Amino acid sequence: MKSNRLMNQIGARLGLFTATTAAILWAGCGQQSKPVTGGPSASGGAPASTPGATKAGYTVGFAQVGAESSWRTAETDSIKGEAEQRGVTLKFSDAQGKQENQIKAVRGFIAQGVDAIILAPVVETGWEPVLKEAKQAGIPVVLVDRGLKVADESLYATLIASDFVAEGRMAAEWLVKKTGGKASIIELQGTPGAAPAIDRKKGFEEGLKEHVDMKIIASQSGDFRRSVGKEVAEALLKVHGTKVTAVYAHNDDMALGAIQAIEEAGRKPGVDVIVVSIDGVKGAFEAMVKGTLNCSVECSPLLGPLAFDAVEKALAGVELPKKTIVDDQVYDTTTAKDVIDSRKY
Amino acid sequence: MKDWFAGGRVLYPLIGLGLLLMFDFFFVPNFFQFEVRDGRLFGTVIDILNQGSKVMLLAIGMTLVIATGGVDLSVGSLMAVAGAVAAVLVTRSDLPVPVVCGVALGAVLLLGAFNGVLVSLVGIQPIVATLILMVAGRGVAMLLTDGQIVTFENEALVYIGNGAFLGLPFTLTLVLAVWGGALLLTRRTALGLFIETVGDNETAARFCGVPNRLVKTGVYCFSAVCAGVAGLIAASNIKAADSSRVGEMMELDAIFAVVVGGTALTGGRFTMAGSVTGALLIQTLTTTMVSLNVSPAIIPVPKAVVIVAVCLLQSDKFRAEIGRVLGRKAMA
Repeated sequence: MKSNRLMNQIGARLGLFTATTAAILWAGCGQQSKPVTGGPSASGGAPASTPGATKAGYTVGFAQVGAESSWRTAETDSIKGEAEQRGVTLKFSDAQGKQENQIKAVRGFIAQGVDAIILAPVVETGWEPVLKEAKQAGIPVVLVDRGLKVADESLYATLIASDFVAEGRMAAEWLVKKTGGKASIIELQGTPGAAPAIDRKKGFEEGLKEHVDMKIIASQSGDFRRSVGKEVAEALLKVHGTKVTAVYAHNDDMALGAIQAIEEAGRKPGVDVIVVSIDGVKGAFEAMVKGTLNCSVECSPLLGPLAFDAVEKALAGVELPKKTIVDDQVYDTTTAKDVIDSRKY
Repeated sequence: MKDWFAGGRVLYPLIGLGLLLMFDFFFVPNFFQFEVRDGRLFGTVIDILNQGSKVMLLAIGMTLVIATGGVDLSVGSLMAVAGAVAAVLVTRSDLPVPVVCGVALGAVLLLGAFNGVLVSLVGIQPIVATLILMVAGRGVAMLLTDGQIVTFENEALVYIGNGAFLGLPFTLTLVLAVWGGALLLTRRTALGLFIETVGDNETAARFCGVPNRLVKTGVYCFSAVCAGVAGLIAASNIKAADSSRVGEMMELDAIFAVVVGGTALTGGRFTMAGSVTGALLIQTLTTTMVSLNVSPAIIPVPKAVVIVAVCLLQSDKFRAEIGRVLGRKAMA
């Protein structure tokens, strides 16, 4: 996922500056978290105008990675907004991309006696001790958008995340429908070895399996970058010429780069060459409204409702599946216009 | 111009490039196809020149830095800074584009001076001194753009990376201008000799009255400006400043181009023609791999083979050894 990469980038780069400050802050006040809801439900209860408000009066701690991309900010806003709507007291912590901050935040939540914890882990490993502490304290932990590796799966209630393979499959299915099952496709892969790149490739190929006339004529890495996406598309369009009828990109940025290359090759993106990508960022919606991008499969950061559904079920003692798949939507030129204004990231 | 040949050192990357182009001629469809559209040339070779312009610019700047015995790791991040400054100014102010570019280049010039001062006055090793901005520069760029990709549609700014001048990409004009300027300064004035002397033996240079601190600071400033122009091209080319990713690892491409081109990392004599050839070699390799649809997972391998081959050819010892083996065979 793009946001993950971006997080690492900032973690590495900006982190250098913030780390010292953050460390001092954390040392000074071990529980640097602030409630963000409209106030505890005791102060008059949840507003009557929010029909979604069910039961109030519990407290949730949310340990977020940071605020490195619009995708992540949208996720934070979604969870904060949902907490407010349900009248939940939310304690929020921003780890600035560092696991040690996040572990401290989770310990802080446990010490404050929250009812549940929502965690978007910075990295996959090293969570066993603190999750055991949460379990001993009887606090369920709901993971959002990224998984983690623990030997004992009972340490967390559930993981709520997108399924990259499914995203690739949805892109393929949409393309089959659009092209009538016949296309010569250029695939722009993500960074070699990255999980979303592997899974989105796999899903796309699965989706095309039944359709013999859907051919991937070239598959190259665009490194999830707009510039490389453009450069690679430029070269491949020269080699294959007008044979190319579709471009599938593993993220929106590469697709936006490819669109420029298609235009420069004297062809009309969205018409002569069908372009489909994944993520559903704002720039992709703008391109869809313009008609240069045909379709984007969303990788939704709006996990608030699902997260709090899971929290409430866990609090009620319901056994949850270990993975909850986010229901990602497919948007294309026909639907983009209606939703672009409501897009949050 | 003796610099063009530099005692035969430019020959080897040129041979490499020639062989690669010959390979492309036979195996890559449409490689040498040219087409005139909207009064400008189109084709894979033109793409290579256009996309290669960034590394060519970085390599020209890097050549002078390496000639003084230093290295500039910050160029990739400085590209991000220049792109971010230009994108932010052009979207949030009404300044004319030449001023915007001037401010962007001015900003990286200051950062280059910072590098230069750290190396020449403070005496920090170049690899460490420039590492600071390699890490921090990108942070500055990200701060400017709030970590987001800033897109722009300003026609004049878009022209830098996409426009055509005399039927060829405008980026090529920029490369030739910077290269020509650098050649004039280093080969028609004593500056080139100063740079080589500082790189060869700094103490001796100082005793001879060469202003070595000024020379050193100067080359880092020049390298930064080259990076700034490359950053403007990169941003302009995709009509967006992608602060987190632009120029990533490009400092290594530039160093590689310089080394393959025949300028030794130890400093001293340098050849910019070699570096430009080296940069074109990298870009041609990349484009060839993509055009042949080589699996992204194994692309680094053939690249490594070509790089090793050219570097071996650059080594006097290796050539002597090969010559001996061949000579013995001829006698037998």
